[in-house]
Amino acid sequence: MTRAKPEPVQVVKQRRDAALRALLSGVPYIQYLGIQFDRRGDELTAILPFDEKLIGNPALPALHGGVTAAFLEVAAIIELSWSILWEEMEAGKIDPAAIAGMPLRLPKTIDFTVDYLRTGLPRDAYARARVNRSGRRYASVHVEAWQDNRARLFAQGTGHFLMPPAPGEPAE
Amino acid sequence: MTDVTAQDVTALARRFIEAIPHSRALGMHLESLGAGRVVMTMPYDLRFVGDPATGVLHGGAVSALMDTASGAAVMCHPAAPASTATLDLRIDYFRAATPGQTITARAECYHVTRSVAFVRVTATDEDESRPVAAATGAFTLDRPKGAK
Repeated sequence: MTRAKPEPVQVVKQRRDAALRALLSGVPYIQYLGIQFDRRGDELTAILPFDEKLIGNPALPALHGGVTAAFLEVAAIIELSWSILWEEMEAGKIDPAAIAGMPLRLPKTIDFTVDYLRTGLPRDAYARARVNRSGRRYASVHVEAWQDNRARLFAQGTGHFLMPPAPGEPAE
Repeated sequence: MTDVTAQDVTALARRFIEAIPHSRALGMHLESLGAGRVVMTMPYDLRFVGDPATGVLHGGAVSALMDTASGAAVMCHPAAPASTATLDLRIDYFRAATPGQTITARAECYHVTRSVAFVRVTATDEDESRPVAAATGAFTLDRPKGAK
């Protein structure tokens, strides 16, 4: 028995980064808020670079609660979409080169609850989401956001999502 | 404070809301405000689309509108808070907002305690019989100095 030679690391990275880019570049609101994603293997960290237009209370100043909610929701949806895409991509079910041209299959938010733990300061924010349950139809995702200290969360959220139909399956 | 009139509260709340940079960036407009009730609108904008295949607005933009309207409802409550911040917000999404249509949020601050305000809010597009989303929230309530 011969084992297949592992692919060169650059090839793997290029494929995964291209898939992530295809997922993100298609969503105008993500671009508008300026949200970026840092990828380490399959782990994503959402980054929200500070901008004046994100301010909700100019007197403090503090991030707008709606910005925080949107940032958490984006981080949760992208994590969930990425986990679906990753599995299909790594199993060879979809051609990563074709992802950019495919219509995005994004989960739909059913509900989202945000806990505001501290004032969002006028500086960069980070978020990481965890898919706690991902079924055929529904998923539950938890997300945590922080600024300077990973241990001092400024917000957390939980959302329930309706999964997109599998490739070839009709939309409901 | 008994010397603050309802008009004062409304004028203060309006100034507070209209100074929010993010609300201005999203094109939010205050339609009406008073006694813990607020109506705010946000016109459709291609930059706030969440699903490019359908042109449907991102849920986050609708959430931002509902959060702003909710905070405004707290600010214009007769308790006349000095300031407020969101403690928690639970948003339920019922359907995709129709692309091209303005979103309207109606918020009501229906109960306040000494330090917490409770708000409910609904969001509709031009078909007002079928809401797009609804949310309930708890907000901090900072009483003005000297108030009970």
